[in-house]
Amino acid sequence: MSTPPSDRKFLKSHEWHLPKGADVVEIGITQVAADELTDVTYVKLPAVGSAVTAGKPFGEIESVKATSDLYSGVTGTVTEINEGINNDPGVVNRDPYAGGWMIRVKVSSSGPDLLPIAEYLKVIGA
Amino acid sequence: MAAMSETMLKRTPFYDFHVQAGGRMVDFAGWEMPILYKSISGEHTQCRTSGALFDVSHMGRIHFTGKDALKLLDTVCTRKLVDAVVGQSRYSLVCNEAGGILDDVIVSRDAKHWLMVCNASNRDKILAHVKAVRSQKDFDCDIADQTESTAMIAVQGPKVMEKLAGVLPEDPRELKRYHFTTVNLILMKITVFRSGYTGEDGVELVLPKGAAGMAMKMLAGSLNKENATIAPAGLGARDTLRTEAGMPLYGHELSENIDPISAGLGWAVDLTKPFIGQPAIKAIADAGPTRKLVGLEITGQRIARPGSPVMASGKVIGEVTSGTLSPTLGKSLAMAYVDSAHAGVGLSLEIDLKGTMLPATVVKLPFYKRPA
Repeated sequence: MSTPPSDRKFLKSHEWHLPKGADVVEIGITQVAADELTDVTYVKLPAVGSAVTAGKPFGEIESVKATSDLYSGVTGTVTEINEGINNDPGVVNRDPYAGGWMIRVKVSSSGPDLLPIAEYLKVIGA
Repeated sequence: MAAMSETMLKRTPFYDFHVQAGGRMVDFAGWEMPILYKSISGEHTQCRTSGALFDVSHMGRIHFTGKDALKLLDTVCTRKLVDAVVGQSRYSLVCNEAGGILDDVIVSRDAKHWLMVCNASNRDKILAHVKAVRSQKDFDCDIADQTESTAMIAVQGPKVMEKLAGVLPEDPRELKRYHFTTVNLILMKITVFRSGYTGEDGVELVLPKGAAGMAMKMLAGSLNKENATIAPAGLGARDTLRTEAGMPLYGHELSENIDPISAGLGWAVDLTKPFIGQPAIKAIADAGPTRKLVGLEITGQRIARPGSPVMASGKVIGEVTSGTLSPTLGKSLAMAYVDSAHAGVGLSLEIDLKGTMLPATVVKLPFYKRPA
């Protein structure tokens, strides 16, 4: 298993949060989650400008096998979404930490559940 | 990711093979089975274009012997069996008195016994059912569950028959569809059935449990090689393959609340002979079923999930039983039960996916048919 990058924080539900400048984070899912879902077929993302809340779903991800909610670890406003993701949803499986990013959020407050890499590694038993 | 209890799960004789091949093991009907090795769609395409090998040892294998074996099977099966010849298999339903489907099975007539292959999830139920019928009718029939003393694999795909002709002592291409033969390979007795659950040509093999490892080496010695003609595939691909082929799956299209006529399986029911459920099923056939199983082609790439309501003019008229994004056709496909009035091919319906309406068109099943 590839080790998740250490430059970001994680939820137990496998979403990563990468700081992008002072108050913006980029959110995606980890390789563990992408592998568990199997072939991703569709990602339902919120509209730019909509609000996301820490601990609440911001979208859904579908695979051949299952549909899962996507959770945000922060509260704020969506500034950008990965528009191209549904032209090639397999990017989430191939490149979950970069090309498979999902949304960017201007953060008003950070939730209590974000884990540093060491804690997340315990979650996935790595 | 839910934590999974790995205690109590049964393992097939191919368990070590799955783990070595990188299989992701999951609980399937109490068995630890590979859902996939690398990717569901990759394994699906491998089966459609070349060959795939599935461990189906979890499926129930029940032997019937004795003078009333045929009578017992004829009582529990919807399909006519009296005219089956040695070496022939028939797909059948097993129903309750109300005509509800207890299981779908394949019954094969061998020289000295009959074999019933049933779903893993229904094995205990079917064993109890056939034993109860035996007692009620006082049939002289020995019922032996051979599931865990044997192994079973399915080898499916357009290139497998030629490949297997070079491995098996008899050319399997001589076998007609839904026929079988028993061959001796080194010291193993292998029964070769020309059947499957993928929509492709191929065979299913039953062999002694102890021979499983050797058989795997002989049949697929080069399995882990890149570009192998036959590569292992998991239950995930098995499900997407059978969905494209419009084949029902117990627990989805089939259940005790569904009768064979509504399920579109009238061809597997012989209403001219007595069997358990016959009067109820005849009544449904005579009146016409109130709901029917249909194929739906969905606009867009979202996948309809089992339980999603099917709508017409804002009203719920049915429910999705299976859905997938078809790797072969590149379309979102579903099977659903809908009120008979809405089952016509070409009708426009909608699927309510947690509040999002997906436009769908009724299409003919199967979605996929292999090139002749």
